[in-house]
Amino acid sequence: MKAKHQRLTLALLALAAVVAAGLLALSALKDQAAFFYSPSDALRDGPPPGKAVRLGGMVAANSVARAADGVTVHFVVTDGKGTTSVTFAGIVPDLFREKSGVVAEGHFNADRSFTATNLLAKHDEKYMPPEVAGAMHETKTLVR
Amino acid sequence: MMAEAGLAALWFAAALAALQLVMAALGLRAASGGPRASTGSARTEEQDAAAPTTVRAELVEGREHQDVNTEILTAVRPIAIVQGLMIAVAMAMLIGVFLNSDMSVKLVVENSHSAKPWLYKFAGAWGNHEGSMLLWVTILGLAGGAVAILERRLPERTLIATLGAQAGIALGFYAFLLFSSNPFDRISPAPADGLGLNPLLQDPGLAFHPPTLYIGYVGISVAFSFAVGALITRDVGPAFARAMRPWVLGAWIFLTLGITAGSYWAYYELGWGGWWFWDPVENASLMPWLAATALLHSVTVLATRDGLRAWTVMLAVVAFSMSMIGTFLVRSGILTSVHAFAVDPKRGAFILVLLAIYIGGALALFAARVGTVRAGNSFELFSREGALVANNLLLSVILGVVLIGTLYPIVAAGFGVQLSVGAPFFDKTVGPIALILVAVMGAGPLLRWRRDDGQAVAARMMWPIAVACFVAAGLVVFASIGILPLLGLSLAAGLAIASVAPLWGRNLRRTPLFTYGMVVAHLGIAVSLAGMASDSAFTTETLVAARVGEPVKAGPFSVVLDGIKPVVGENYSALEAQLTATRGDQTIVLRPQSRYFANPVTTTNESAIATRWDGQLYTVLGQPDDQGRWQLRLWWKPFVTLIWFGGALIALGGALALLGRWRRAARTARREEDARWAAA
Repeated sequence: MKAKHQRLTLALLALAAVVAAGLLALSALKDQAAFFYSPSDALRDGPPPGKAVRLGGMVAANSVARAADGVTVHFVVTDGKGTTSVTFAGIVPDLFREKSGVVAEGHFNADRSFTATNLLAKHDEKYMPPEVAGAMHETKTLVR
Repeated sequence: MMAEAGLAALWFAAALAALQLVMAALGLRAASGGPRASTGSARTEEQDAAAPTTVRAELVEGREHQDVNTEILTAVRPIAIVQGLMIAVAMAMLIGVFLNSDMSVKLVVENSHSAKPWLYKFAGAWGNHEGSMLLWVTILGLAGGAVAILERRLPERTLIATLGAQAGIALGFYAFLLFSSNPFDRISPAPADGLGLNPLLQDPGLAFHPPTLYIGYVGISVAFSFAVGALITRDVGPAFARAMRPWVLGAWIFLTLGITAGSYWAYYELGWGGWWFWDPVENASLMPWLAATALLHSVTVLATRDGLRAWTVMLAVVAFSMSMIGTFLVRSGILTSVHAFAVDPKRGAFILVLLAIYIGGALALFAARVGTVRAGNSFELFSREGALVANNLLLSVILGVVLIGTLYPIVAAGFGVQLSVGAPFFDKTVGPIALILVAVMGAGPLLRWRRDDGQAVAARMMWPIAVACFVAAGLVVFASIGILPLLGLSLAAGLAIASVAPLWGRNLRRTPLFTYGMVVAHLGIAVSLAGMASDSAFTTETLVAARVGEPVKAGPFSVVLDGIKPVVGENYSALEAQLTATRGDQTIVLRPQSRYFANPVTTTNESAIATRWDGQLYTVLGQPDDQGRWQLRLWWKPFVTLIWFGGALIALGGALALLGRWRRAARTARREEDARWAAA
């Protein structure tokens, strides 16, 4: 192969690699990006059951109940307009409490309840992640 | 006084950087009328060793055009050295005010507390936005000084252009520090005590992890400066590649160590049992590593075979862009994590502008000069070079996917859509490509340079392929695990054999050290991959509410909660569980804690981990319930430690390669010196 041709081939290969990366990423993003929902969003046009999403809102007052096994927690997330009941098995974050902000990672079930695999709560007293603070939520319905 | 001295040193260093940039530009402009330094000729390292006189001729030629501007050009080196010293003084002063707990300095008030242990006062100097940026430029300045002192092989003009580029980068960050993030600001009146450091950061890891990663980031900036220098003087060739290689290697070693240490830190500190979360901040360190790995391999092609010239320069630009994007992601406050100290959007905009200037400038220079970079030696597709190109392409694809996955949520947030991209995306996209890369990596070192014969390679690859198939068959029969872990374990076994194969049939004592470096680093990848696959395939998790004295099963262990008692640490109080784990006649006592910090008010989980040769038992204490039970989360993770052991091996391989190259260069230099004496 001539040096000139080789150079062109390499440049084309590099271009192909970049395009391949872009296409691969975008096609995977279509079904793997976890969108953010508030309970009223989920009621209106919720995601299909089983799709990985995040649910954000406030833990409703008097809604936290522990199951008999000691590790499963049931609670209700509200945004003032709608509610979603959530089940979570695991150790809840230290600052998880009623009437406080929470973000649950997990998926909706067929009956519109939510199964959480991870909970994010306020980090410490002076610091609150924007996801939890709700400042960036598109739904302006969060009770604060 | 100390704070003022530090600020003065910072201003002085900034002025020196400006001077260094101007002098380099003036010197190069005046000198460009003179004869041009020899553009990289098509020499190989082997020929070089045989004919050291060519190098000497280059030096002599360098001296000739030097006397046009001897004064200006010779001034640049000392300026770079003094600039490095001044910024080191500024950093020392900041560490000083933190150690003294000088509460009249705003940064100390906001991020420290007089009751904090000594180590965290010291490391706390960079456990915040301003301090960490100062550490960044300190390492940059020191690296510039080191280039000025150590680099003797490059033509003088290219070196001066390199130092000029280095000063240009430093200047931007000095401006950033001085105008938007002054670490030495005073506060008046001075409060009685500070607010304290985020307890998650109060860990010996803080003393080690940020400096290591920054050395990596900044080392890449040196490689970038070399590339810019070579483009400016139109001197892209093997000499430039050999000058750049130790910096790329060094940066890569530190990035590897920083990522490995950061991964282990997150693993035991967060208490989630995971070792990699595809957190944007982790990706910010992974992307420069991917680019540096590609650069490391292409720079070798350029140094040994004089191929891939434009490619290597482009990769240097990409690698530096990635470390700039990493700095931007981590330091702009655009992300939320323990790393995102800054929340002032002005700062983010400032870094973004710097990013645009440097990356845009470098790309423009590349576009303008790529025509003058002559095509290097060509090679057949089926050759060592071909395998290295495949390595570069696959690494680029991974890099592109990680970059898109990391930036997508940020861009989406700009359009008002909240979403997150996490492990499912990256596992699905990066996993398969990485496995292909591992397969290529097994074959690459067994290929000859320039061209090779398919059948001969197949013969050389027989054992690795056989072992991989054997392991795969064994796993299919005896264990039911997912497809990715299955492929991971089989490929790891094959790669382990393939990576030591280059040593077969060689005289082990005469094999160069850098060959051992390659073998060890590739073996490290196999070891690490085996750990990852084993963790994802065989981990068992137990989540229970346990009564005192009641045994709980966790993998092969039976764990008993003996009791809970309060303990007091240096600046926290805690509840500590005592767990006794038994397996056969083996007994382990673990003490996970739930810690309460008063400054600032925070509760953290302190996991307890027992390491055995075949894995780790990982325990976390949760909350009590109203029946007197305690939540426990227990993992048995077979061979998980291989992940970080592999990382350490990779870094060790890099260090061996660096040492080997350095020894060969020293030997060549000595031989040249002897030849010169003999000639005289």
